[in-house]
Amino acid sequence: MAKRLGIDVGSTTVKVCVLGEDLQIEYTSYERHMARVKECVAAQLAVVAEKFGGGDFCVSITGSAGLGLAERSGLPFVQEVQAAFTAIRRYYPDADAAVELGGEDAKIIFITGGTEQRMNGSCAGGTGAFIDQMATLLNVSVPEMDALSLRAERTYPIASRCGVFAKSDIQPLLNQGARKEDIAASIFQAVVDQTISGLAQGRRIKGKVLFLGGPLYFLQGLRKAFCTTLGLDGEHAVFPDSAPCFMSIGAALHAGGEKPMPLAEALRRLQNAKGSDDIVTGSPLFESREEYDAFVARHKASDLAFEDIRTYRGDAYLGIDSGSTTTKLALITPGCKLLYRHYQSNNGQPLDIVLECLREIYRLAEGRVRIAGAAVTGYGEDLMKAALKADFGIVETVAHFKAALYFNPKVDFIIDIGGQDIKCFKIKNGVIDSIMLNEACSSGCGSFIQTFAKAMGMEIDEFSRLGLFAEHPVELGSRCTVFMNSSVKQAQKEGASVEDISAGLSASIVKNAIYKVIRAKTPDELGENILVQGGTFLNDAVLRSFELETGKQVTRPGIAGLMGAFGAALYAKENVRGESTVITEEELQDFTYTSKSRVCKGCTSRCNVNVIGFSDGRKFISGNKCEKGAGLKPHGDELDLYAYKYERLLRSVPQSLPAGRIRGRVGLPLALGFYEQLPLWAGFFEALGFEVVLSEKSSRGLYFRGQHTVASDTVCYPAKLAHGHIESLLDRGVDFIFFPCESYNIDEHGADNHYNCPVVAYYPELLKANNERLGDDNFVMPYIDVNDVRSASRALARSLKRFKVSRRACARALRAGFARLEEYRADVEEKAGEILYRAGREGKRAVVLAGRPYHIDPEINHGIGKLLGSLGVAVLSEDGVFRRGEPVRVNVINQWTYHARLYRAAEYVARTPGLELVQLVSFGCGIDAITTDEVRSILEKSGKLYTQIKIDEINNLGVVKIRLRSMLAAVEEQQRRAADGEAGRGAEQEVRS
Amino acid sequence: MKQRKSEAVTDLREEYPKFTPAMKSTHKILVPDMLPVHFGIIVDFLRKEGWDVEVLHNDSRAVIDEGLKHVHNDTCFPALCVTGQFIDALKSGKYDPEHTAVLITQSGGGCRASNYIPLIRKALKAEFPHVPVVSLNFAGLEKDSGFPVNAKLLMKLAFAIFYGDTLMSLYNQCKPYETEEGASDRARQDCLRTVNAAFDAGKHRKYKTIVRSMLERFAKVGRSGEAKVKVGIVGEIYVKYSPLGNSHLEEFLLSEGCEPVVPALMDFILYCAVNNVNDAKFYNKKSFATLLFHVVYKYLHHVQKKIAALTQKYGFEPLHDFEHLRKCADRVIHQGVKMGEGWLIPAEMAALAETGTENIVCAQPFGCLPNHIAGKGTIRTLKKMYARANIVAVDYDPSATKVNQENRIKLMLATARENLAARQDKKE
Repeated sequence: MAKRLGIDVGSTTVKVCVLGEDLQIEYTSYERHMARVKECVAAQLAVVAEKFGGGDFCVSITGSAGLGLAERSGLPFVQEVQAAFTAIRRYYPDADAAVELGGEDAKIIFITGGTEQRMNGSCAGGTGAFIDQMATLLNVSVPEMDALSLRAERTYPIASRCGVFAKSDIQPLLNQGARKEDIAASIFQAVVDQTISGLAQGRRIKGKVLFLGGPLYFLQGLRKAFCTTLGLDGEHAVFPDSAPCFMSIGAALHAGGEKPMPLAEALRRLQNAKGSDDIVTGSPLFESREEYDAFVARHKASDLAFEDIRTYRGDAYLGIDSGSTTTKLALITPGCKLLYRHYQSNNGQPLDIVLECLREIYRLAEGRVRIAGAAVTGYGEDLMKAALKADFGIVETVAHFKAALYFNPKVDFIIDIGGQDIKCFKIKNGVIDSIMLNEACSSGCGSFIQTFAKAMGMEIDEFSRLGLFAEHPVELGSRCTVFMNSSVKQAQKEGASVEDISAGLSASIVKNAIYKVIRAKTPDELGENILVQGGTFLNDAVLRSFELETGKQVTRPGIAGLMGAFGAALYAKENVRGESTVITEEELQDFTYTSKSRVCKGCTSRCNVNVIGFSDGRKFISGNKCEKGAGLKPHGDELDLYAYKYERLLRSVPQSLPAGRIRGRVGLPLALGFYEQLPLWAGFFEALGFEVVLSEKSSRGLYFRGQHTVASDTVCYPAKLAHGHIESLLDRGVDFIFFPCESYNIDEHGADNHYNCPVVAYYPELLKANNERLGDDNFVMPYIDVNDVRSASRALARSLKRFKVSRRACARALRAGFARLEEYRADVEEKAGEILYRAGREGKRAVVLAGRPYHIDPEINHGIGKLLGSLGVAVLSEDGVFRRGEPVRVNVINQWTYHARLYRAAEYVARTPGLELVQLVSFGCGIDAITTDEVRSILEKSGKLYTQIKIDEINNLGVVKIRLRSMLAAVEEQQRRAADGEAGRGAEQEVRS
Repeated sequence: MKQRKSEAVTDLREEYPKFTPAMKSTHKILVPDMLPVHFGIIVDFLRKEGWDVEVLHNDSRAVIDEGLKHVHNDTCFPALCVTGQFIDALKSGKYDPEHTAVLITQSGGGCRASNYIPLIRKALKAEFPHVPVVSLNFAGLEKDSGFPVNAKLLMKLAFAIFYGDTLMSLYNQCKPYETEEGASDRARQDCLRTVNAAFDAGKHRKYKTIVRSMLERFAKVGRSGEAKVKVGIVGEIYVKYSPLGNSHLEEFLLSEGCEPVVPALMDFILYCAVNNVNDAKFYNKKSFATLLFHVVYKYLHHVQKKIAALTQKYGFEPLHDFEHLRKCADRVIHQGVKMGEGWLIPAEMAALAETGTENIVCAQPFGCLPNHIAGKGTIRTLKKMYARANIVAVDYDPSATKVNQENRIKLMLATARENLAARQDKKE
């Protein structure tokens, strides 16, 4: 009998296995293919040929990249999970479940108690690739990261649903100086959490569990995280030695049924496999070398003049842009000549870089240069400002705008593509008119090229230069990084060259920015005088793609990557008064710092804060949501309607038992629709003589408790949290949980209809179906329309039959509930009025944080209300003010109760001076894809800024803070200008407001 | 309710081109590609009535790119496909933008799909400001741009759907087993001719005759008796049927040697009708329309049952009986789940599983809201009810790679084949 050969071609590695006649494993190998799939397979087969001689083999291919290869070479294929399953049954017949992490896929196989095989969905990011990406971010190798993780003291919550999210969690942690050890462990924990919530989906992973695939074999930290989280001991967690090649073994087992062929034949077939014609290609960036030279010459015109720091004598101004992935410094003379500049990847230690740069500046200057002013901007602003005692900390957008004006006073559109953000500003009348920032989901583009270049073993410059003269740039789509990642891999598998991919990536980044972030329908919308900046635009291929896509010639300053720092320096120059406070040469000599993390116990939020101690005894605290964590006196929340509503809502539940006989204990989950209807149902059940038990307050811990019952990993976070609330109620021992299904919400008139969104309406169905602890007797979910008391009381009475509640009693109780709901709403509106009045009297700016009722949950909004409060802003909510606005007719069908409020609130804000609107959007909310455009257009019609904040389970306010501060800065500037130009442009302003 | 200052309504709507029935003689109407067979029948009779209608078949990557450009990032995939297809077609230069309109159906309901029309209008606005969007709906929506619907047209549409469903089902039951290459395709062509001729002659209501002739024609297709893996396709209405939306799922399954089992479009129509009746039952939302829907439902269900009985007589697997589907739904989910495809999805999955089609692809656009609950959310219950149910939920998205989707479907197929082999072993 012939030997069997299994080949597993995954997204990143090739595994080969040879089985002997008695199915004993005779040979295995594991190698990264660096996207050169065919070459790698051929090389490994050559080794096999050498070892075993050319003889006949039964061959079978498996793996995600093996699919196409098998098809084109005519070799048999077996699906990889199936292959693993076969191998498990053969070698580990007593296993209960298996978890396999590969380069881009994660799989779970349940064996006992109903066989089931699952793979991650298309959005679940990579796993092995995710870990690689994170290691790059930490600037360590994967084995180093593993070693680091074993020395962790704590873990931070990090989203692993996609690499982009995780990055936006990790970057600020790095910038704030969190320990790499802790971050490494947190990354592994995130992978575990993702596997459990995304894959197990309601099924517990228990018994004897097999862990397969490369990452789980090589990474001790990941193993540890899995065992701890699943509560497995050494006996139940099995890590086979053959884990990395397990699928190839399975493939070899499957090969048994195939006809043997000479190894040379298999090799020949593989090598002759043609690339498919599926890939779409575009036209080259440059037709000729001459065209490229002209392009380079044109952009040279926007370079900045230099001055030699080694000879210069006099004042200088320092600007620091502590960005998410890079740190930038610029030192300029009063005449705006560049004395010193620095641009460097953070490598996780931004403060060290800045300190080193400052030392160098002082060294080069030899006492001739006096730093007369310094300003800091970017993610790391707070830390840098504290460490260096800089004179100013300014918002990024302000810094960029300042710098842009220097290069083109007529500029009307600025687009900045940095490592992780895309920022665009439209300028009207010399003021920022609208700001567009990328959402968490489509971000990561600049650093994506970098990560990818590194994966190809190249520096980013080299990689992107390759694309300039590519003949057939590949079309890679223009969505989020993770999707682009798989598009790139697919293109490679189809045989696209590195040049073509490099050019394709540049085009994708540009398309993503124009069509997804700016959301322009035609390039003409951008403006006439476009200025592009940000490190990513230093890349000529990106710049060229942008010009080709827009059909316009744009300005790119030679210091495109330093614009934030340059703008900050300009700001310092214009605004410094008196002596600068910036750290002196002497102070710098023996300046050091330490970094520690702890949990703030100031309130129930339990923020993870980082304490950075400077050698001069000062301290810097970050990670806190409010001033309390920083050891300051917290601001009051009297002007925060979100805080008020939350507290007022909880007060609507009786603290004491109702008088008389208690019919039973009903549990009400503090989730979704209950954030508004709680008073109604509390009142209802109290009137019927039930004891009302509320689930505990939301927290990340509570989310994890219910995570194993989440059925759809792309549903919004407010819905996912509901699972935890159910667990909480079950643990509190209630007779039953009440959670009604309501297709229709309360009819507030003035709209086309009054639906709930599908998730709010029917989520109880999903909760019940996916939690084994729930059944008909302890989970009551009647279908009701609360607008119709007759049918509602009928349905309620039927659902509470075993408590012998009559229909009439239900109707009575409903009325009692409605009275309580009305009280609550009247209080909220009254409080809104009070806040508006007080804000007006105190001259405070007020912001309507427009979301849904459940956005008042601090675990959902992550303390954005508090953050606004700390910025000195009064906070209102959409339901507090919408009745002040008129019902509106909008372009879309206005058919959801909660969303109709958004339009009316926007209408009110649009015509109310001093009031702004920030729309809160939960990630995954499909309906907001429709509402956001409408709300934006309502506001922009009257010249107001539109700001949207997307929130998810990630808990990082850094980005949000920048966004909100940018908005406030722009609004202030607008108003200042309006006041200045009152006489001249008074008439025009009036029309607009 | 207090504090409602005035009933004044601020109108923030922007102007859009309206569709008037007079445009029948001046405009070409473009229809998105959704159900090739059904739409073929409908377009044929509409043309003969004097409407210049054309079903679009453009499905290059440019379609998706145009969609991405013109529709919000997070909007569902079907909106993106439909919009992209329209814009790509209009840009092709084949149509005069001054004399072209685009048509889309609308069901009205709590799903964001009801908003496709405004979304398409917005997308067309910048480049094709004079192209009106026509709404084909039965709920009285978009009164100023509706396709003129009368009882006669409704009747024609209903029968076209019945015939389309039957044809689709018969073809899928023959194609994988045909002993002579292309025999099923020829049968389908012949049947289409029969159906078109019936509409021409005004005899489209003679459904028994027509269905019988279709059954006889397909009975002539030589079929091998070998057992093949049957795969049901359920899910969101667009990606379930549209080859553009589901990356040619039916063809893929056929190429894998499976028999695709695609439930009828008529079920969705009946589902919409029943929801209206249910609203009256559950929430006292009674209106004249309720009664109408009730009558229509009764009639259509009657026809459906007759067709099913005929189909069975000729030895083919009939399409589901809708009353039976409702019973199936009741075992999984409440019929109150009526947004999107709602309870119809688990109902179809249960009905499929129960009739031996245990392998199911549940197709949905990425992030589809109702499908979180009615699709993915019910799989656990269904698996408890049918131990061998082998369901894979596949998300369709403009950027999800085909490899990724096919790999997941292949996993489902691997299990399916193993189950089939095990069953055959048992038989032997």
